[in-house]
Amino acid sequence: MRGTFRRYRWLVLAALLSGLVIPAQLGAGPVTEIKIGAVYPLTGALASTAKLSKDGIDFAVDIINNRYDLALPLAKSEGLPNLGGAKIRVIFGDTQGSPETGRAETERLITGEKVVAVVGAYQSAVTATASMAAERLGVPFLNPDSTSPTLIQRGFKWFFRATPDDDIMSKNFFDFLKDLEKKKGIKVRTVALVCENTLWGTDVCKFERKYAKEYGYEVVTEMLYPARSTDLTSEVQRLKAARPDVVFMASYISDAILYTQTMKKLDFNTQAILAMDAGHVDPAFLKTVGKDGNYIFSREVFSADLGQRKPIVRIVNDMFKKRYGYDLEGTSARSFTAMFVLADAINRAGSTEPSALRRALLETYLTSDKIIMPWGGVRFDPANGQNVLGRGIIVQIQDLKYWTVWPWHLASRDVIWPMPTWRERK
Amino acid sequence: MILLQSVVNGVLLGLVYALIAAGLSLIFGLMEIVNFAHGQFLMLAMYGAYWLAVLYGVDPLFSLPLWTIVLFLLGVATYWLIIARVLRAPMLAQIFSTFGLGVFLQSLAQFFWSPDFRLVPSPLVKGRIEILGLFVGIPELVASLGAVIAFALLYLFVTRTETGRALQATSEDREAAALVGIDSHRMFALGWGIGLACVGIAGVLLSNFYYIFPEVGFPFALIAYVAVALGGFGSIPGAFVAGIIIGLVEVLSGLLIGPAYKYLFVFLVYLIVVFTRPQGLFGRY
Repeated sequence: MRGTFRRYRWLVLAALLSGLVIPAQLGAGPVTEIKIGAVYPLTGALASTAKLSKDGIDFAVDIINNRYDLALPLAKSEGLPNLGGAKIRVIFGDTQGSPETGRAETERLITGEKVVAVVGAYQSAVTATASMAAERLGVPFLNPDSTSPTLIQRGFKWFFRATPDDDIMSKNFFDFLKDLEKKKGIKVRTVALVCENTLWGTDVCKFERKYAKEYGYEVVTEMLYPARSTDLTSEVQRLKAARPDVVFMASYISDAILYTQTMKKLDFNTQAILAMDAGHVDPAFLKTVGKDGNYIFSREVFSADLGQRKPIVRIVNDMFKKRYGYDLEGTSARSFTAMFVLADAINRAGSTEPSALRRALLETYLTSDKIIMPWGGVRFDPANGQNVLGRGIIVQIQDLKYWTVWPWHLASRDVIWPMPTWRERK
Repeated sequence: MILLQSVVNGVLLGLVYALIAAGLSLIFGLMEIVNFAHGQFLMLAMYGAYWLAVLYGVDPLFSLPLWTIVLFLLGVATYWLIIARVLRAPMLAQIFSTFGLGVFLQSLAQFFWSPDFRLVPSPLVKGRIEILGLFVGIPELVASLGAVIAFALLYLFVTRTETGRALQATSEDREAAALVGIDSHRMFALGWGIGLACVGIAGVLLSNFYYIFPEVGFPFALIAYVAVALGGFGSIPGAFVAGIIIGLVEVLSGLLIGPAYKYLFVFLVYLIVVFTRPQGLFGRY
């Protein structure tokens, strides 16, 4: 046996080498493949969330690269027509949820893999460092999903963000309150602000305070409470004493659960609770609190029931659900949409040259019927890269489900206001 | 009225803290080892009550004796399998042995039961009662009553029974106790058993109204450490009083000064005690 191998080893070696050489030759020539980098926390505590982003991206790439009869950009063609039908290939980098790894992975994708643009990275802190790497290397970074307002205050040239941020979505709440007054004659005068005390909650409270003042609502109490408290009775006691018409909340999951239980226990009643997503839209929330969660409002970035008013959402969601076994939600829908924004820009640029691509991104104008999001469309502010047409929706929990209730033209159910008191509920 | 309501809530909460701290304090008083896996054992008891309720429909109230015994046995096993081996090891090794055990248990819970949040579905004790405008959650009431009973039993056991006295003797002077024929290893194992049984009772009582997830034990354990230091290392009445003080300080400072500062005041009280009476309120050292 050994002798045979020795005799033919050159032949074997030649065969192995030719295997390496032939694909390399095929790779040269006109652009047949466009590489895009995607950095997400694929392992670690956020792995399940990153899977949503990845599914959204993979699904979008399939629609772009192949022929589908859908009213989405580039769906009806194979690949990108202006680049000779070149196909998109996404190369994933794992941030492990760490800002430092996120930056290193972005660098590796740009310098090693030669990707023409990068999307990512879900967590605001990681997006901040990853986009810094892209900025330094002069490659566009499109962020589908990080809502920290500080990201667009850095004067970056290569940073674009499709999602509305916490600032815009705080404002949406007050637009909603004004709309309620106009349409239904519901008058709200006083508000209470309840936010957890890490960076996110502190920011949210700041914006809500700003807009409350701007829109003329009186803030009767504002509290930053320690995140993951073992007990929230003193917080709810304060709310009882302040008697606000409406309570604004920014809580992560464990506090959202405990607040709901404590409010029930201490019989705290108010007209409405407006939550800043996070804990209140976590799948675990309703599973844990059950019907005590009914009537709570939350801002959202996406909801599958938008399909009732926007047919494209229903069609895409049906396809998505068939393939991945679950409904599109905020994270997957936003990364899905970002891939179309990017592919559309690359196609219009007709090249993968960075400055041409940046110019094309700045000229992006996707109307609301071309995307599955509830936004007015996609158009970037040349000053800071923010999508100025982004906006959130407001959902209300009714019969243990989240229903879109605002903006009115996308609503699938009417608002229930005020929420019944704990005594009235049975 | 609001103040009174807060005092009631503070005491109810404090009693649960106290029971968790009692187990910790007992173990420390006995052998000067801090059980850094205390919160994770609390979590195990909560999951235990949860799974029995979900899979076999056994209400936490009925599975309480079972989990008390299971946690007792777990404590004894932990002592013989882990602690006995590091008894003479450097302090760092002791810290890592229990800390590592905690990380292990938490990861195990995450692996088997996922990081999801869970609540025991419609437990026997639920809802609230209203007395003169004061709202008291029935599960909370039951939990604190259970804590008081557990405390009374523990106190009686330690002060009135032969074994309890032997336990105390070992805690006071290991060598002298050995001279009169008390096997210190057996006492240590017993201490671990009782210590974890306490946390087991607390966990099952908590599971009636508190959400359950793999990291649920940590904040409770943190407060328990403070309670142990505040009440005096090794002192069971100390843990009782300190637990109630912490519960009250937490709720009242949250109400009167601002929720953002409530833990600040808890630790402030602790610092004041450490400065003025380093051995803790009831401490011997």
